[in-house]
Amino acid sequence: MASVGHVTPQSLHFSEPLALRSGASLSDYSLVYETYGQLNADRSNAVLVCHALNASHHVAGTYVGQARSEGWWDNMIGPGKPLDTDRFFVIGVNNPGSCFGSTGPMHPNPATGQPYGADFPVVTVEDWVNAQARLLDRLGIERLAAVMGGSLGGMQALSWTLQHPDRMNHALVIASAPNLSAQNIAFNEVARRAIITDPDFHGGHFYAHGVVPKRGLRVARMIGHITYLSDDSMEEKFGRALRSAELAYSTQEIEFQIESYLRYQGDKFSEYFDANTYLLITRALDYFDPARAHGNDLSAALAAAKAKFLVVSFTTDWRFSPLRSREIVKALLDNRRDVSYAEIDAPHGHDAFLLEDPRYLSIVRAYFERVAQEVRA
Amino acid sequence: MSERSREDVIVGLVPAGSHVLDLGCGSGTLLARLMHERGCSGYGVELDDTKVLHGVRNGINVLQRNLEEGLSIFANDSFDVVLQLDSLQNLRNTAAMLRETARVGRIGIVSFPNFAHWPNRLSVLRGRMPVTKVLPYQWYDTPNIRVGTFADFEVLAGQCGLRILEAFGLHDGQVVRHAPNFFASTAVFKFERA
Repeated sequence: MASVGHVTPQSLHFSEPLALRSGASLSDYSLVYETYGQLNADRSNAVLVCHALNASHHVAGTYVGQARSEGWWDNMIGPGKPLDTDRFFVIGVNNPGSCFGSTGPMHPNPATGQPYGADFPVVTVEDWVNAQARLLDRLGIERLAAVMGGSLGGMQALSWTLQHPDRMNHALVIASAPNLSAQNIAFNEVARRAIITDPDFHGGHFYAHGVVPKRGLRVARMIGHITYLSDDSMEEKFGRALRSAELAYSTQEIEFQIESYLRYQGDKFSEYFDANTYLLITRALDYFDPARAHGNDLSAALAAAKAKFLVVSFTTDWRFSPLRSREIVKALLDNRRDVSYAEIDAPHGHDAFLLEDPRYLSIVRAYFERVAQEVRA
Repeated sequence: MSERSREDVIVGLVPAGSHVLDLGCGSGTLLARLMHERGCSGYGVELDDTKVLHGVRNGINVLQRNLEEGLSIFANDSFDVVLQLDSLQNLRNTAAMLRETARVGRIGIVSFPNFAHWPNRLSVLRGRMPVTKVLPYQWYDTPNIRVGTFADFEVLAGQCGLRILEAFGLHDGQVVRHAPNFFASTAVFKFERA
């Protein structure tokens, strides 16, 4: 299937301050985004794609002159793909606080002229949704055909239906959860401690010292990566395979292939990801909990939603398990909302939502065909 | 087409505008008909990947769930009608399922192969398990782990605290009201909580 081809990120500047959940506000910020496909005449075919922890606005297509620069959901989005850019106008937007272009902790704080660093305000899923809504305002899109996301992106899609219930027809919430479990928060906390206790972190103001807390970032990524895979997929990919034929009987050298893989992933990540962004995004994950304002009653919280839903989970995903998706489904059922739910029997753990599984992609494709029927060509 | 006329009979049992739960909804064709022809709303439950996909294609709300795991996701009295068509015989805990059906819905409608249909009796008299259009499986590979009769269900319904509103048989798409335990290949019951 075809790709959307070469794409170019765009940027919009917002001078009106964005009021944040914390009570703080973000003034003078930019949002970087990409679009694919054509907005139709009555502006009814737009689909917003929300990104997860370590992803960005670069959802599909490639960048000129950059090998292997495919967007993170390139198998999902493009001409003839499940989210078909021949029919839909697809928008990927980078959230504030990220490190991929939109205003984030590495950018200058207008108050001081110095990089925000640790002073970048804490942002929540709700704040991101409001920032995304402003982008849609500027693009002249009043109502989305659908909002879609996986994992943390799914939380944003869900939050969209609660914060702006009249601004979309459909929501696709994939490999997500109505909030993080204690175990999930625990993993995030270990990752944060790894970063914060790295001597190169300097309380979040490491930019001024010309260093990067790479050790912390590496460990954070290694922990994250373990939780994105299933026990079985790790076993199949690495098992107990050794790096060399003979055991070295060393406590510090790499013996097993899985160690080598995790270190490689950690190294790669620490080269491009920002430490403050990692802290901000994991905190946004921790804080997300729409039921909290409703006495922890998710059904009461989801009463605000008007969208039709597709909820998808993956059987071996233990980070955002099917049980958590079923909580969302149950809350929607309690409110008699339109919802379809697919539990994909996939071996890959949480990562499955990014991978090419024909059952998964067929369901999303079939669902978008329904969405397309409601959109005039 | 007898499948279509069977479906017609079931559609006729569902009051217009009902909120419907279809357990074992297959590709969702019945639920889609109820939505379009009778202004119903609701959900189908299906386990099979391919059928779930067809359900999405057919425009119904389909929930991928194993019915053996129960109906706890559905609140009490959340449906006007719960359909359980030709799936009850595949479930281990028949009595619990019937009680759950009555818990989540005001009215339950079930259908299942009637083992006491006369050709089945004849087959057993001849010493062999029946293999028919309605019971197409060999004894060693049948998914029908709970094979009962029209008359058996009347007893179980009483034990489960159900009041039978309507009971009849189906054969070749025709309603059988005379001695259905003998003349019908499929049993149909409409019931409510007693």
